Amino acid sequence: MIATVLPGPADLGAWRSAARGLLGAGVPPEQAEWRVAGDAPGLFAGDAAPPAATSPFHVPRAFVALAEIAIRHRDPERFALLYRVLWRLTHGEPALMQVATDADIVRLEAMAKAVRRDAHKMHAFLRFRQVETEAGVRHVAWFEPEHHIEEAEAGFFVRRFAGLRWSIVTPRRTVHWDGQELRFGPGGRRQDVPPDDAVEPLWRAYYAAIFNPARLKPGAMRAEMPRKYWRNMPETAEIPRLIADAPRRAAEMVARGASLPNPNPQKPRHLPPPSHVEPDMDLLDTAADPKEALAALARELAGRNDLPDFARRATQLVFGEGPPGAPLMFVGEQPGDEEDIQGRPFVGPAGRLLDRALAEAEVPRGETYVTNAVKHFKFEPRGKRRLHQSPDAGDIAYYRPFLLREIGIVGPRLLVALGATALRALAGKALPVMKTRGTLVEGPEGLPVFTTVHPSFLLRVPDEEAQRREYARFVDDLRAAHARVA
Amino acid sequence: MDLRQKLEILADAAKYDASCASSGTTRRDSTRGGLGSTEGSGICHAYAPDGRCISLLKILLTNACAFDCAYCINRASSNVRRARFTVEEVVQLTLDFYRRNAIEGLFLSSGITRSPDWTMEQLVRVARTLREDHGFQGYIHLKTIPDASPELVEQAGRYADRLSINIELPQAQTLKQLAPEKDLPAICRAMGGLRLRIEDAKDAARTARRAAAPRFAPAGQSTQMIVGADASDDATILTTATDLYAGYRLRRVYYSAYSPIPDASRVLPPTAPPLVREHRLYQADWLLRFYGFSREEIMAGGERGMLDLALDPKTAWALKHRADFPVDLNRAPRERLLRVPGLGAKTVDRLIAARRHARIRLEDLARLRVSIAKVAPFVVTDDHRPRLLDAGDLRDRLIPATAFAHAARPVQMSLFG
Repeated sequence: MIATVLPGPADLGAWRSAARGLLGAGVPPEQAEWRVAGDAPGLFAGDAAPPAATSPFHVPRAFVALAEIAIRHRDPERFALLYRVLWRLTHGEPALMQVATDADIVRLEAMAKAVRRDAHKMHAFLRFRQVETEAGVRHVAWFEPEHHIEEAEAGFFVRRFAGLRWSIVTPRRTVHWDGQELRFGPGGRRQDVPPDDAVEPLWRAYYAAIFNPARLKPGAMRAEMPRKYWRNMPETAEIPRLIADAPRRAAEMVARGASLPNPNPQKPRHLPPPSHVEPDMDLLDTAADPKEALAALARELAGRNDLPDFARRATQLVFGEGPPGAPLMFVGEQPGDEEDIQGRPFVGPAGRLLDRALAEAEVPRGETYVTNAVKHFKFEPRGKRRLHQSPDAGDIAYYRPFLLREIGIVGPRLLVALGATALRALAGKALPVMKTRGTLVEGPEGLPVFTTVHPSFLLRVPDEEAQRREYARFVDDLRAAHARVA
Repeated sequence: MDLRQKLEILADAAKYDASCASSGTTRRDSTRGGLGSTEGSGICHAYAPDGRCISLLKILLTNACAFDCAYCINRASSNVRRARFTVEEVVQLTLDFYRRNAIEGLFLSSGITRSPDWTMEQLVRVARTLREDHGFQGYIHLKTIPDASPELVEQAGRYADRLSINIELPQAQTLKQLAPEKDLPAICRAMGGLRLRIEDAKDAARTARRAAAPRFAPAGQSTQMIVGADASDDATILTTATDLYAGYRLRRVYYSAYSPIPDASRVLPPTAPPLVREHRLYQADWLLRFYGFSREEIMAGGERGMLDLALDPKTAWALKHRADFPVDLNRAPRERLLRVPGLGAKTVDRLIAARRHARIRLEDLARLRVSIAKVAPFVVTDDHRPRLLDAGDLRDRLIPATAFAHAARPVQMSLFG
């Protein structure tokens, strides 16, 4: 037996250099005994002096990380367990740390978990009391951690309360912070901390008021806040009364039933009228000002109560944008994710590409009006994304009368169909985009329809070379369309 | 009225909001001045006998409110006692509680009294005073008023870690009926607006000079839906939830069982809160976000648009998809392991790491603190083949004998019996 006496209960550095010595001398785990200075030696106390540390061994980082936490555990076996795992890691089981089902690893993980939980509960349940001292205000707390975490967790309180002066007293250690440096001392007693504090009645009142007696679940409370912590938390004095009164309070609320409305209800002082606007049923779009007519059409569509189901799941209606009288009217498929949020057409990735292509084709923005065949975003949620869903024939047919009226008000000389959905909506029938592309077909009221691809098609082209080619072709299409109205 | 009475009224008025999160914001501390810190994970400083965590000082600035939402204790026509904090009182309470290590920060909301902007301005003033006058580094969650002006929302996002707008009910029609002044489309537009600002601030922080990035609600936005105040079924609630997560990138959707309030409206008489249903919705929400389940799959475990109350939704789904089982713990890919009832995401990852070096046996699961009774019918290991997978009474065997499940049973029978 070789006995190692460590200077402190959670001194990883000392354990590490001792373990290095033992490992270098080939001392197997059964032959090593560990204790902390001041502890009584074991029954088979070793007498051989531990060997001096030799060169460092390579161990997985996961082991060091786990050891750093687990060594704070109060279990006297922790040093031996750590050494056994170290031995196994260096004697044929280099991947041991990944074997979460191994009994030693399970135990070590459980120790680390208990230490982390203890630290977390210290951060959570420790309560300071404010005392006036000759040197000014000081915050002091009494806490009883289960494991050797005082040194390790002092930093948390320094980071949080760097500007205060405070002391934490535990049965094993005291920690003092004077605003500049930390000092550690021997353990203290509960009586070292004053029994109450001027703010505690308010805190207890808050605790009692935030509790909902209709949801009594004391087991759930105790699972997270075990009784052993209660004696150092002032608010827990309220618990017996709250639990005892809860069934009666809840039953009374239900038994009392509804009450009469207050004869003097709270009144708004300058609340604006509700933002909801009655739909404008101006079916003939007779407003003299075309801008006003477009706005009225948008309101009418937004307010309809027979919208398709998917429209109710969209954030908002996305109507067309641009100057009435624009000679070129671009019609896309439907708003996408960004358009839906911003309430404006062609502001997402495809819209930015269209803007770039229009600029390159030297089409002035003042001469274009942009809109979509379908005016709500149709999507399928997938995690944190909404996946675009193509509108079907019924969706296109629903919005078509509104699109035709929009065209009637804008009064373009040429309609540009961006992709299949727009082409279908404008031509009134399904046509193949790639065959129709670059030609003119007849649209509503005999207006010519020029067809090209939807800019989102360009975003989906896989290789770079094809992308450049397709983009150039799209710019050519825009230039050709513009030439017809120039 | 003294401060304590105000605190009692205005905490009572705030307790039906389930959110208490204090996690997921930027890391800050007070070593260069000020008070407080945030270190990533939230801290629950106490638990009330309702089992809920107390992390933040959760209060209203005032419970006076011009809105008449039937489900709300603070509605205009309620007979509840009204109170109002001054900005300074809220600031002082926050600092006093924080210095005693009793809270992580403040969750401030308010009834709407004069106008949306006036109310929002008051909330922003509290947050600004805490941050600028007291160097407060703790967590701040502000309720956002949907119709508040963009400038005020901008300021709220600068001082707050999290912003939230409660959707309250999953459908526009029922919200209109129970909360006539509220407007679901306006709420959604406001959440969309918050999403854009949150993303812009994140992008700016990633790309531009970090220090110059405009701060906006680094802990994101959340919302709450009341369960059981209207007739919406679980399918409707989860449809809305998935749309909210996907559309507005919410960090959390909270589900709050409609609870009796001291002064209930005649429109919504008080009844016992549907706590089991609320719990199942949270479990379903978890499956949606972390286990790769779709809403349709989760609902397939229930009947007629409602989740199975007696079983957790993963077990309920598995029972109706027995052909997908058993799953071989030594071979199955991660996605399949995540579908095994009783295996959490963490356990799955540990099993995958462990099986590269050793064979998994059933007893290993016990060491990892997995419930064997729950898992065994659905998995294969070297020492175990399930026998009960086709048993007609497997469902009954899997219903846990806890008081919680017991509470669920009578309701279960009336629903599906």
